[in-house]
Amino acid sequence: MMVWVNQLLQGVLLGGYYALIACGLSFMYGVMRIINLAHGSLAVLAAFALFVLADQYGISPFLGLLIVLPAMAVIGWLLYRGVLGRSLRGGLLLPLLSTFGLSIVIDNLLFQTFGADTRSLAPYIGSLSYDSWSITDDIFVGRLAALTFAAAVVILGGLQVFMSRTSLGRAIRAVAEDADTVGLVGIDANRVNAIASAIAMVAVGIAGAFLAMRATFDPYAGPPQLIFAFEAAVIGGAGSLWGTLLGGIVLGLAQSIGAQIIPQGFLIAGHVAFLVVLLARLYRGGFRLGRRPAA
Amino acid sequence: MSILAVERLDVRHGLLQAVRDVSFSVAKGEIVALVGANGAGKTTLLRALAGAHVPAGGSIRFNDRDVTRVPSHRRSAMGIALVPEGRRLFAQMTVDENLLLARAAGRTGAWTLEAVIAAFPNLEKRRKARAGTLSGGEQQATAIGRALITNPELLLLDEVSLGLSPLAVDRVYASLATLMSSGTTIILVEQDLSRALKVADRVMCMLEGRIVLAGRARDLAREQITDAYFGLSRGRGSAA
Repeated sequence: MMVWVNQLLQGVLLGGYYALIACGLSFMYGVMRIINLAHGSLAVLAAFALFVLADQYGISPFLGLLIVLPAMAVIGWLLYRGVLGRSLRGGLLLPLLSTFGLSIVIDNLLFQTFGADTRSLAPYIGSLSYDSWSITDDIFVGRLAALTFAAAVVILGGLQVFMSRTSLGRAIRAVAEDADTVGLVGIDANRVNAIASAIAMVAVGIAGAFLAMRATFDPYAGPPQLIFAFEAAVIGGAGSLWGTLLGGIVLGLAQSIGAQIIPQGFLIAGHVAFLVVLLARLYRGGFRLGRRPAA
Repeated sequence: MSILAVERLDVRHGLLQAVRDVSFSVAKGEIVALVGANGAGKTTLLRALAGAHVPAGGSIRFNDRDVTRVPSHRRSAMGIALVPEGRRLFAQMTVDENLLLARAAGRTGAWTLEAVIAAFPNLEKRRKARAGTLSGGEQQATAIGRALITNPELLLLDEVSLGLSPLAVDRVYASLATLMSSGTTIILVEQDLSRALKVADRVMCMLEGRIVLAGRARDLAREQITDAYFGLSRGRGSAA
């Protein structure tokens, strides 16, 4: 019995991590209808930046975020101005192709620079990577896992408040709904999208930090992370921020429960949960990735 | 002094030339009615004036500045506002949010959120409702209010009565009356000719992309306008 409680608890916490890596992907899709296939690679890029700061300059990853996150924001802004904005004008397929190409470029540049070694930020965060609280004699909660979950809630919640309460958030939502009309009320759709892209990349940077602290990464670690992010985002209804948290938790729970039933069931159960949700949506006829505005 | 001067404007939708060689000017404080059959180019002309559609040729001067290539968001900051055909509200956002968005134009003046709600009392109870759930009249009021919050010098109204009940049209025009007497320059597209003649100082009639008749509302006979409207007067009434 306690085993199951433990698995459920760990599954929920794991879901927080998935929600965190899905956040930037879901946000970018919700605002610009772009599925950023370079999402995982950009998270790994941020992880390598934090690793270099820690390894070469002795800067703790948490302090390193103060440098890496603004840099990610700049990358996001440049990404929109240079790649996404242009390819968006060419239809829905072009951003897929261009971000896919970008992921290949990033992965291989990282490989060329850092080689095939597997790395982790765990050695640079003291005992946080293995500290835990014991709830009962059988159940332990990892501090890093709890911190990850808290970060997901704070970031997704913060984004939600930002989108509904601030004028920039309103402008982002308006651009998402009807980019052709916003100009008439004085909003520069390109500028707003560039800012939204910068925000998404900050979220990707945070995801990269947690990826690198909780596990190991190498230059080709991006695409597998993209798959988890994608599954969490789709289960939750891409574009919806609280939905993303829910999607992450469903994925995390499915994997934990799957692993408890059969030790090899971890990944399979996650994919099955994803496919079940996807098929259920198809079957209901309401196959909508996120909320399309009503005409 | 003219607030708006359009010279030899050509606007295209791909191969289709929707506005051909159109020239006119509008004086400050004037109310101009733009009439014409469906497909005559009225909406395209207004969209070009607002910057939502880039002209293929000619020039648009606003307050003596060439704005032909200025994008729409900067034109609304300069004081041009369009109430687009079909209202184009942000359906997922509330009435208040739709109105607040227009603050992005950065123009302050008499038209605040409170002033708009006071001018369109039918919005008072619907402020927290999503724009997509409003009735046609409420949507139109929101669209006009959204344009007003940019505190425009030149207001372009595209078919504000389209799809509204006669009662709702009366209500919209009653709220526009204060605006019209306040000295805002207005160009409006209106299908109802008698209503257009009643509110406008000047009437321009478009046919197949050209202005075929223009004159002071009180000097024009109804038949003259209907002839131009249907293209019966070609050769007689020339562009002003």
